[in-house]
Amino acid sequence: MPRFYGTQVDSCLMLGTAGYPSPAILAEAFRTSGAGIATVSLRREGGGGQAFRELIQGLDVHLLPNTAGCHTAREAITTAQMARELFGTSWIKLEVIGHADTLQPDPFALVEAATALCRDGFQVFPYCTEDLILCERLLEAGCEVLMPWGAPIGSGRGLNNPYGLATLRAHLPDVPMVIDAGIGLPSHAAQAMEMGFDAILTNTAVAQAGDPAAMAHALSLAIEAGRLARAADPMGPRDMASPSTPLIGKAFL
Amino acid sequence: MITVLGAGVMGLSIASELHARGVPVRIAGRPAGPEACSWYAGGMLAPFCEGASAEEPVVRLGRLAAAWWAGRGVPVTHAGTLVISPARDRSELSRFARRTTDYETLDADGISALEPDLAGRFAQGLYFPTEAHLSPRTALARLTAGLSEVEFGAPATGRIIDARGLAARDRLTDLRGVRGEMLVLRCPDLNLTRPVRLLHSRIPLYIVPRGNGLYMLGATMIESDNRGPVTVRAMLEMLSAAYALHPALAEAEVIETGADARPAFADNLPRIRRHGDTLYANGLYRHGFLLAPAVAQMVADHITTGQRPEFMDEDHD
Repeated sequence: MPRFYGTQVDSCLMLGTAGYPSPAILAEAFRTSGAGIATVSLRREGGGGQAFRELIQGLDVHLLPNTAGCHTAREAITTAQMARELFGTSWIKLEVIGHADTLQPDPFALVEAATALCRDGFQVFPYCTEDLILCERLLEAGCEVLMPWGAPIGSGRGLNNPYGLATLRAHLPDVPMVIDAGIGLPSHAAQAMEMGFDAILTNTAVAQAGDPAAMAHALSLAIEAGRLARAADPMGPRDMASPSTPLIGKAFL
Repeated sequence: MITVLGAGVMGLSIASELHARGVPVRIAGRPAGPEACSWYAGGMLAPFCEGASAEEPVVRLGRLAAAWWAGRGVPVTHAGTLVISPARDRSELSRFARRTTDYETLDADGISALEPDLAGRFAQGLYFPTEAHLSPRTALARLTAGLSEVEFGAPATGRIIDARGLAARDRLTDLRGVRGEMLVLRCPDLNLTRPVRLLHSRIPLYIVPRGNGLYMLGATMIESDNRGPVTVRAMLEMLSAAYALHPALAEAEVIETGADARPAFADNLPRIRRHGDTLYANGLYRHGFLLAPAVAQMVADHITTGQRPEFMDEDHD
């Protein structure tokens, strides 16, 4: 099970808390999936979101506040400071959006904000691309977790660049890594776990499903399957067929 | 004598229902105005569309609303609802169709037959022919007018029905606010005759015609009880979605902006609770005009017959 900044978490599934039909259905999704971490935004909700935050705190899972909706390092840093006060945690999922349409991270502002926040004692979970150099810079800045995207936020397209993600995993084998964004189906999540990623964060795939609780459960099963498969050392693809029973001695022509 | 606290859509509907059944009633509160969140409602009586994300009782009970309002002398327009999406959000439309019932599928010609001003703009749509809409402020005024024999501004004493919305959080601690922001535009160049919902992956929008070239645009859904003025972001998003609906809206005048917080419980369904002499009716969420009739009838049934209402989850002294 994943370990982030010295904290052991009991599930490889992390769920976002936005866009569910109701808080009751959100809570049910957490129950059916056993998700271990809830991300929660506060940029837009601000001080008026106290009642909803209390509902999230009542889920009895680890809380990971995020800086969703921030477009500059400055905004993200301010939001992180507000989150630390409101939630009493130094964990922060750092999002700095670089493009309003694609919602892709701004790698430059991300490193800038991560540097400042790590220096200020935050434990930063940066939402980043699968770019190896960016990830190295984030580690240098003090991050001990990386959250590379699978695909753009809310797109549900799965792992857009499996080669890049595999390369990243291979280069940084000891850094806890969470696939964040782009997961639309349990099979996407299983694929990421089979590749050796430590956890999956998803929101839209669950919140926008017709039955969010059932989809959260399905994701948790797929994630467990992918985790077990990784640990079982998969055979890997071969170019040639290889019969599982010997052909020698058979009357083949 | 029963005293109703609150004169928003919930309080007025309950008072109206009780009065119609001959139960002596008075209201502790002034007729609803800009301080009531009902003032900013869309007024769509669209149970089937709401079924895309709401629980089953909303669809079932919401179907009773149009007839109830018409029976109170409120002008109700039976023109259905049109649901469309930009081409790149086509999957939103098919998902919406999978999760709703009682609609017809439209092609471009079908859309332009219903709303000629949208001709050539959208290739596919859904039409919910049995849905209706009303003007919330007219509806509140008609309810108030129908209660001319009923005392307003009464003291909050005796047997009480508390329908104060979010203000009742002092007693209903599991009530939360869900912020909504809206705009009213004047656009005489555009003629839409029924509520249109624009499905968009990030900025869902509806536009409700109010007549005389006025259109209400709504509404954001933010987990916050902040009742402060509309934000730039909300306005930008709603207006850019409106522009995607029809470019003529770029020339519209912004007549009004509004924001308030809807009262909601954790499952976004209403609740009726009895604590001693006080009966609480609350949590209409974004379904004020859609569900107030059904909840008012349940409250009145409970008062007159003692019947336990569907939405009652607490009943104690």
